[in-house]
Amino acid sequence: MITKRIIPCLDVRDGRVVKGVNFQGLADVSSPVELGKYYSDNGADELVFYDITASFEGRKLFSDILKEVASTIFIPLTVGGGINGVEDFDRVLKCGADKVSVNSGAIRNPSIIYEAAKRYGSQCVVLSVDAKRVGGKYRVFSKGGREDTGMDALDWIKRGVDSGAGEIVLNSIDTDGVKKGFDLEMLSAVCDIVSVPVIASGGAGCKEDFVKLFKTLPKVDAGLAASIFHFGEVDINDLKKTLQAQGIPMRI
Amino acid sequence: MVVIVDYGVGNLFSLASSFAAIGVEAKVSGDKTEIEQADRIILPGVGAFGDAAEKLFSSGLADVVKAQAKKGVPVLGICLGMQLLFEKSYEFGEYDGLGLISGQIRPIADVIPKDYKIPHIGWNALHFEGEKSPLFKYLQEGDHVYFVHSYYGADCKDVIATAEYGASLTAAVEKDNVYGCQFHPEKSGKVGLNILRAFCELGGQV
Repeated sequence: MITKRIIPCLDVRDGRVVKGVNFQGLADVSSPVELGKYYSDNGADELVFYDITASFEGRKLFSDILKEVASTIFIPLTVGGGINGVEDFDRVLKCGADKVSVNSGAIRNPSIIYEAAKRYGSQCVVLSVDAKRVGGKYRVFSKGGREDTGMDALDWIKRGVDSGAGEIVLNSIDTDGVKKGFDLEMLSAVCDIVSVPVIASGGAGCKEDFVKLFKTLPKVDAGLAASIFHFGEVDINDLKKTLQAQGIPMRI
Repeated sequence: MVVIVDYGVGNLFSLASSFAAIGVEAKVSGDKTEIEQADRIILPGVGAFGDAAEKLFSSGLADVVKAQAKKGVPVLGICLGMQLLFEKSYEFGEYDGLGLISGQIRPIADVIPKDYKIPHIGWNALHFEGEKSPLFKYLQEGDHVYFVHSYYGADCKDVIATAEYGASLTAAVEKDNVYGCQFHPEKSGKVGLNILRAFCELGGQV
């Protein structure tokens, strides 16, 4: 039986993890390598690194850091941010990433999903979607959730999967940062239309939110969160033990 | 020295790093002489069988790996590299493999229920088959490893572990000095590194 996955997400700018973290025993809490290793040693099933750098120098630095992470941590790594073409896939895969997450880059140029899936396989291509309710429908937002694209989220996700996306990260802008639980309604709508793994993002505030997620929506494969892990509000090993006790398959 | 066979398929960065992490010298090489001198051979691989087999055979490296395996050099195939050890594959056609492991590579869709997602991707538990393999020296029944695949080893007499995914899928194989893992030890955390460590200790330390 495949286990459900718990995935911490790290935002990296100019080579440092942003959003302060407060773990004891870490010499440098902003080091992507140290923090990644901490999570890997403490139950994370996969890590997501988002490069939120805008500059060329920052991007180069990110590649170097990714290499260091990939030579230290031996669990699957997903990389996103600044992926605008197949050459960006090539760049991060060569640094040791296993999957590449596309968001705004695919909105601007949808053919990169197909091109990347053809070259590297669907298992490598993650379509990350920021969605928000507008007039009773789910709408795709780009540029980190700032810009309404006018596209229907369910149509976009279906099109992405048809083009070769092997996994969907659904980040609900409506629940993100509110810490009152994942957007079960939106996630359910997505699970109904795709057969690839769906990763829930946005809204987790406590352990029970994950229990509710996997109990209510058995088709969801993974739960992703950032700050509740970074701030130590939820300990991943403890969370996984709680989930397992509830009958949800976990890698302990 | 461990040699990771480079025949132009996939990215070998993580695999090479994982040997460094267990303190074993490993070299990525497509050079026949270097592979002939290796005392352990790793056959990696990602992508489609036909394309990979074509590269492995046309480069002449298939013959080298086969000859070394027959001489008793421990060989470990990983993911598609494991599949290449089999007799044949039916992925988008019909292709010959190295024939070092019995059986054929067939779509998992043939054996798993329709509502199961393909590929079989994620962490799954290992179930040991038969006597515990030396490859699993540091493992326990039920340890989790990371899988990504849509095809599996069928009709195989050399299975040493399976994973349950609506069907019992071949997870690892062993025939004399030839080993294969369908999963990725280099992405399976400490459990995976312990498999590589055990492989490096077969018949004495490297």
